[in-house]
Amino acid sequence: MGNWPLLTIVTFLPLVGAVFLGLVRGDDDVAKRNIRRITLLTTVVTFLLSLLVWARFDPSNAGFQLEEKAEWLKGLFTYHVGVDGISVAFVILTAFLMPFCILASWESIQNRVKEYMIAFLILETLMIGVFTALDLMLFYVFFEAGLIPMFIIIGVWGGPRRVYASIKFFLYTLLGSVLMLIAMLAMYWQAGTSDIPVLLTHDFPGTLQTWAWLAFFASFAVKMPMWPVHTWLPDAHVEAPTAGSVILAGILLKMGGYGFLRFSLPMFPLASEHFAPFVFTLSIVAIIYTSLVALAQEDMKKLIAYSSVAHMGFVTMGIFSMNAAGVQGAVFQMVSHGFVSAALFLCVGVIYDRMHSREIATYGGLVNRMPWYAVAFMVFTMANVGLPGTSGFVGEFLTLLGAYRANTWVAFFAATGVILSACYALWLLARVMNGKLDKPSLAGILDLDWRERIVLIPLVLVTIFYGVYPTPILNASEASVQALVTKAQAAIAAGAKLALVVGAN
Amino acid sequence: MFTAIVFLPLLGFLIAAAMTLFPYPAAPVGAASGGHGDHGADAHAHASDAHSDDHGHGHDADHREAPFARPAELVTSGFLLIAALLSWVAFVQIGLAEHAATVKIAVLPWIHTAGLNVDWSLRIDTLTAVMLVVVTTVSALVHVYSIGYMSHDPDRPRFFAYLSLFTFAMLMLVTADNLVQMFFGWEGVGLASYLLIGFWFQKPSANAAAIKAFVVNRVGDFGFILGIFGVFWLFGSIDLDTIFASVGTMKGKEIVFLGGHVDAMTTLCLLLFLGAMGKSAQFLLHTWLPDAMEGPTPVSALIHAATMVTAGVFMVARLSPLFEQAPAALAVVTLVGAVTAFFAATVGLVQNDIKRVIAYSTCSQLGYMFVALGVGAYGPGIFHLFTHAFFKALLFLGAGSVIHAVSGEQDMRKMGGLGPHIKLTYALMIIGTLALTGVGLPMTEIGFAGYNSKDAIIEAAYVGDNIFASLAFGLLVIAALFTSFYSWRLIFLTFWGAPRAPKDVMDHVHESPSVMTVPLMVLALGAVIAGMVFSSVFIGHGYGEFWKGSIFTSGGNHVLEHMHHVPVAVKFAPFVAMLLGLGTAYVFYVAKPELPGQLAASQPGLYRFLLNKWYFDELYDFLFVKPAKAFGRFLWKEGDGRVIDGFGPDGVSARVVQITGRVVALQSGYLYHYAFAMLIGVALLATMVMFGGVR
Repeated sequence: MGNWPLLTIVTFLPLVGAVFLGLVRGDDDVAKRNIRRITLLTTVVTFLLSLLVWARFDPSNAGFQLEEKAEWLKGLFTYHVGVDGISVAFVILTAFLMPFCILASWESIQNRVKEYMIAFLILETLMIGVFTALDLMLFYVFFEAGLIPMFIIIGVWGGPRRVYASIKFFLYTLLGSVLMLIAMLAMYWQAGTSDIPVLLTHDFPGTLQTWAWLAFFASFAVKMPMWPVHTWLPDAHVEAPTAGSVILAGILLKMGGYGFLRFSLPMFPLASEHFAPFVFTLSIVAIIYTSLVALAQEDMKKLIAYSSVAHMGFVTMGIFSMNAAGVQGAVFQMVSHGFVSAALFLCVGVIYDRMHSREIATYGGLVNRMPWYAVAFMVFTMANVGLPGTSGFVGEFLTLLGAYRANTWVAFFAATGVILSACYALWLLARVMNGKLDKPSLAGILDLDWRERIVLIPLVLVTIFYGVYPTPILNASEASVQALVTKAQAAIAAGAKLALVVGAN
Repeated sequence: MFTAIVFLPLLGFLIAAAMTLFPYPAAPVGAASGGHGDHGADAHAHASDAHSDDHGHGHDADHREAPFARPAELVTSGFLLIAALLSWVAFVQIGLAEHAATVKIAVLPWIHTAGLNVDWSLRIDTLTAVMLVVVTTVSALVHVYSIGYMSHDPDRPRFFAYLSLFTFAMLMLVTADNLVQMFFGWEGVGLASYLLIGFWFQKPSANAAAIKAFVVNRVGDFGFILGIFGVFWLFGSIDLDTIFASVGTMKGKEIVFLGGHVDAMTTLCLLLFLGAMGKSAQFLLHTWLPDAMEGPTPVSALIHAATMVTAGVFMVARLSPLFEQAPAALAVVTLVGAVTAFFAATVGLVQNDIKRVIAYSTCSQLGYMFVALGVGAYGPGIFHLFTHAFFKALLFLGAGSVIHAVSGEQDMRKMGGLGPHIKLTYALMIIGTLALTGVGLPMTEIGFAGYNSKDAIIEAAYVGDNIFASLAFGLLVIAALFTSFYSWRLIFLTFWGAPRAPKDVMDHVHESPSVMTVPLMVLALGAVIAGMVFSSVFIGHGYGEFWKGSIFTSGGNHVLEHMHHVPVAVKFAPFVAMLLGLGTAYVFYVAKPELPGQLAASQPGLYRFLLNKWYFDELYDFLFVKPAKAFGRFLWKEGDGRVIDGFGPDGVSARVVQITGRVVALQSGYLYHYAFAMLIGVALLATMVMFGGVR
């Protein structure tokens, strides 16, 4: 298989699965079962192939690997894909989470199963595409098109306020994407190419850096989401079906951070340096503000959504600390948050499927009847509060370590998030899990069934494994992150020298 | 051997934890187990009626029994006993070794990136060996004791799993070779403490106490982790040996912290000490410890008396090379320790709950240890940690035995006259009290365990040369008086006088089974002899050969020499204070029992101030808890809701909704718009490419 276009296969295999689904006829139970099985098989195979990407990936090489390049229409469009240490983990994370999404939707989705599964498979292709694309246009298409299946998933299979949520989602994203498009055009005009590896070596002039940085920021900040453009996230999460929330929290939120690492930091280092205090401020506000807001929530999904915003605050803080510890921490935090928050939403889905309520007040004392569930929820909660020994700690620690280097005030305020996260997360745990099980509606609630165990147990193991032994992820990104940071710092140093010369004249 | 000591408890935890996941079999109808944890002895099947609300287990839920409860107990206790035996072997080996022999065992790499190299590894030197002995011994005894104490709790596998998890985390803490692993153990014991305080999860007060403990500890951890960052960027490493090797050059060096240029070592040590304050329940961060008594009594003995709460003391001693370079930080340590010792002792004077008295006593004794560290007398500090573990665990477990005897009652006002009924427990509690109050012959080394260690601290405070040392000396002597008073008050109220418990409770008063009393006797042995046997190596002539540099004292630190040459009056001061306390307690609670009530009535303000623990809970609730919740709500409704959404998407979408009207059309309409916008974008890009090619 040495010469197979592996990345292309991983990217487009889900699309092939979607085409197969389109061929399935009928709406009876047999058809639904076949649809589910085909989808699951597709996602599992995609995941296994993505492991092959991992195996072939050489962590000591900082550049792009497994590259594939093809020109269409006489060089009008270039199909260029590849992964480096920053993107490879996200490709695998996406492929890893997908089977869980399908399993989580196994019984809870009963109408329009085929369309639902097709939407998810298309979404998978587009998401993996974002992380593998090495051409501006390709990236733009994947980045923006990925929202369409998500709209559909929220809008069709969502909760009662799904229309409001998807409009909100739309308005925020539209603003960002228009600006990003303009910036891309400007970049192309300036550099004369849309090839990302070439653009990465291009020195953009200072003014363009500033404007392009701001335009990209508008798009990525919405995606992260950063305060104050975060308010679409809680609504989107609340209305989305469980699997939609999983993808939203697990992958879509990471696109913003990935964008910062792929474009803002390496291509516009001077602007990044210039705007770092601004990003730090927003990150700190996000961490403290949304943690406090999370404390006040009465809806489980909203609470976890707000906690996601706070955790993404750590990511932006780490990225713009612009040192190796901070950036490595940001990458790790994104991967870890990818499966921890996904798992938390899956946990909410478990009891939502039983009780059809996300209100915290509906529950209480679940541990009495659901010990397996309680253990899983406990582990993810602890990862969420960054307990050492879970994957949540490593990213939080490294981003804070990086931020401390950049500015002690930033680390000081961000570290209060350590206290606040304990408050809201443990309070949630206490209200849902502990206490007497005295609500009559809960008296017959059942513990995890085999399907739910298959979903949650691997996630528990992964959370603890990467908490104790994070080396595989850290190793994979180390070289690329180091190269990125070195280059950005060199550019900043050169810029400073230039400014001095100009100032002297 | 060391690997076994540390990882046997982990193995025990995993086995017991796996057992908790098996479903409970349906109980046969009419099963007569009255399991209510804290008061479940054979004779108390009826107790479920009288005290069901004590520990929150619903009636129905109780008539079930976890499968594998017995194997879980035996496996975890067995592993711990082995670990404890091995620890004593290690203690003797390391302590008697001729040369400094720091054993290091690499286990696994942890975080290796960006210049940071953190490993999972074990480091065993004399200081660690002392802690190993304390932790595993008390833990093993508590495991065994709990077999009896918890015998009627249906969730025993879970309980024993948590106990072993705690022990593992604590061992990782004391064997840490770097600051991050120490932080792992630090947070790990916090987790176990959280789980064990909230063990009776049906009880709202236990849940609240568990969260409070975790959150208050996190306030300390906030400082700890900032301290770790500072150390890393200053020393370029978080590895203890690397730090210690270059710490000598750091004195007087400045770093930038929060915008100001500050003395590096002072700042970092204070940040790290904030962590120690949280974990060791020092003044201002002490509020979680009394509430932690919501947990089962064996937990209080193990975690909230003997081991976890001493982690802060251990940390400062372990980092003594750093603290020795920061005299200002040491002065703060002294002050905080002294104030805590005094403050907690005053509150202990008036508490009525038997466990809370001992909890405040623990808080106070931890203050003593910090004073010792603060004046540079690390040996006496650790020595007190060592002896305190024995007698405080003894007192807690003895209190558990008392509570067990009176059907779960914890209020001393409803006890009294128990002495003749539970003679063995009574005798053991007396031994614990003698050790705590420091009974011994002044000018000699003969005395109960607390005598040797506590008096050494008071003497060290007297000769200490930082600015708060004299104040600390004064406060500690007064605290010694108070300690003696509240300890004897506990004895008199509980065991002397006429019974105040209802008759049916008194009829059932009985001695605990031997599975509970034997561990007590072992601890009592320690409480009697630990001071005399180990005094010379911990703080006396054998000091240097024993510690072998594992705790560091800088060249200018002569506290240890000077403390052996204090005036006779100083040597007698704690003894006199102890006698005064005993005498007053005797007058108040035996000779003239009407006096305390009159005193309280004549000083109502002071009495309420003490009874309400200086109003710290109310103050914090007012300052932090309520504002945080209200502020969170405000930000959500006003910030997110009115400002951001109001001017942002809602305002815009409201316009759009007015125009389009039909919701479904709107929905799909948006989608097409979006797709269309994106296509335009692609077209634009393509056009650019074309023109670009021409250019």
